[in-house]
Amino acid sequence: MWDYSDKVKEHFFQPRNAGVLADANGVGDVGSISCGDALRLMLKVEPETDIILDAHFQTFGCGSAIASSSALTEMIKGKTLDEALKVSNQDIADYLDGLPPEKMHCSVMGREALQAAVANYRGEVWADDHEEGALVCKCFAIDAVLIEDTIRANNLSSVQDVTNYTKAGGGCSSCHEGIEEILAKVMTERGESFKPGAAPKEEVSASGMTNLQRIRKIEAVLESVRPQLRRDGGDIELVDVDGKTIYVNMTGACAGCQMEALTLQGIQQKLMEELKEFIKIVPTKVSSLTRAMKG
Amino acid sequence: MTGIYFDNNATTRVDPAVVEAMLPYFTEQFGNPSSMHSFGNKVGLAIKKARMQVQELLGAEFDSEIIFTSCGTESDSTALISALKAQPERKEIITTTVEHPAILTLCTWLEKDGYKVHYLKVDGKGRLDLEEYKKLLSDQVAVVSVMWANNETGTFFPVVEMAELAHAAGAMFHTDAVQAVGKVPLNLKDTKIDMLSVSGHKLHAPKGIGVLYLKRGVRFRPLLRGGHQERGRRAGTENTTSIVGLGKAAEMAMEAMTYENTEVARLRDKLEVGILSKVPRSFVTGNPEDRLPNTSNIAFEFIEGEAILLLLNKFGIAASSGSACTSGSLEPSHVMRAMGIPYTAAHGTVRFSLSRYSTEAEVDRVIQVVPEIIAQLRKLSPYWEGDGPAAEPEKAFAPTYA
Repeated sequence: MWDYSDKVKEHFFQPRNAGVLADANGVGDVGSISCGDALRLMLKVEPETDIILDAHFQTFGCGSAIASSSALTEMIKGKTLDEALKVSNQDIADYLDGLPPEKMHCSVMGREALQAAVANYRGEVWADDHEEGALVCKCFAIDAVLIEDTIRANNLSSVQDVTNYTKAGGGCSSCHEGIEEILAKVMTERGESFKPGAAPKEEVSASGMTNLQRIRKIEAVLESVRPQLRRDGGDIELVDVDGKTIYVNMTGACAGCQMEALTLQGIQQKLMEELKEFIKIVPTKVSSLTRAMKG
Repeated sequence: MTGIYFDNNATTRVDPAVVEAMLPYFTEQFGNPSSMHSFGNKVGLAIKKARMQVQELLGAEFDSEIIFTSCGTESDSTALISALKAQPERKEIITTTVEHPAILTLCTWLEKDGYKVHYLKVDGKGRLDLEEYKKLLSDQVAVVSVMWANNETGTFFPVVEMAELAHAAGAMFHTDAVQAVGKVPLNLKDTKIDMLSVSGHKLHAPKGIGVLYLKRGVRFRPLLRGGHQERGRRAGTENTTSIVGLGKAAEMAMEAMTYENTEVARLRDKLEVGILSKVPRSFVTGNPEDRLPNTSNIAFEFIEGEAILLLLNKFGIAASSGSACTSGSLEPSHVMRAMGIPYTAAHGTVRFSLSRYSTEAEVDRVIQVVPEIIAQLRKLSPYWEGDGPAAEPEKAFAPTYA
């Protein structure tokens, strides 16, 4: 059973704006019947103002596809087309209090249906540049197509390379066999053979560490302050590392605590000392998995 | 747990009598059957009894043909790898496109080691072409592995006949019978089946216990090596409690065999007819003429299975689906695809699997609820208009990157 948020369930059991919109003037049909998720988004746009007066949907798809479609229509009603186009797939997922990593593509589909419907209204042709593969890394929701493309574009030759470039495999490491298989396939294509023992070409950051080493160091620092936070009934988790920005999630009593800023400042200081570089720590409220998608 | 559990091909409830039989072996009878003292001795006798109970259910000639394992998957892996190790000169395997992942994933992995795997195709009703099979049999084939009954549709394969053909070609024959054992009378001593996999939790025994039936005289290479347990054919301290439980469950399955094939089958048929007569654009998948007595797999066109399951769950009804979304994969069930079921129906397949604990009232309730759920979801479907599918569904809705 998927771990759906209450918001997802609510939008699935009582979908908003479901069914045909008779006088729609912008329609977007996207999705894939083979993978079992497809969506028709219907917009009624006021030509003078470009404001979306009404939005309806029809979905051939699972619970989260229906919930994502429902959420999307609620989010864009009353917005101008340009405003609506700023809605990202992450916004849809956030609106639903997050989606399981396997289901993030449902929110991507919502965003694409919107682009397609707007293009249809404007008389443009919308081309899809999106290809989706089987999910390989569940920790960071990275699929096979992205991994394969990244290996090809950057001539990668080790699992560590792949982790450095895509984050895939940087978590629980269960997917390393899968990553090795993709490496072996692409490397054979370019006339090399995959050698698991080969020393990885390490991309070194300002701190002189690889991404993985850096993330481990950050985790270690967070681990060292954790007992203190727990004593006050709170906790901290690492959400994402994006260059010099480190996203964390403050939970329990720490979330929204008046001392939160001060606490974070202290942790930031400690991190800078350990990493020997300037970083910025940013608190975030969303779950780690959905946040990781933004990267 | 209250609710209507029609997902017995996924797993079954452990019968209270099975639990009762097991309990003493957690506490008073905790000994290691290998030990010399009396703590171990009684446990050894209990295992012996369980072995005979399973022997009887399978219709095996000798109780030593029963090897206790941890699950159906372990039995499958042990059987295939043993056959390859014992006959290193033979490099081919024959199986089917609709096997359980316990066989298919293993075969894909063996292919990487240079083994050639032949996958037998099925027709629209999930049946094999025995002519195709006969052509593939040769002195290169180490083992044939064909399931007794399909887990999704319940469709039977003619394994007894196929085992004869394999033997004529000098190949070993294995069958994954986890869905059939306990629901179909078996008499293995009169067949040429060399190896057969059983899973305890499919027949009201606990999870974590399985059996590999190994016909006497069949060359065997153990997968797990170490101690002398199971006559050295499966090392590792015995899961005594679960072995005792499986023995009891096997005995009870023997007693219920007629009931399974009459009353459970009648309830299944009533459910199926009830749903099909009320829901337009729905059909049975697999071969309804020749299948397990408890299984009905129904395709509901133009909607998606996970959504159906979530709504069923709201009514306290448990079933399974072949949709991609329920497994997190990108394709619907490989069994549905192998039978050529179109995507618009394959994603909407729902498997109802009953047990001897299913009741008439439960069946009536599901017949009442399902049509409402299907109608509700079809209202959301871009393929559906009003009371029926759009005039030309595939043209009415043809999304980008389909």
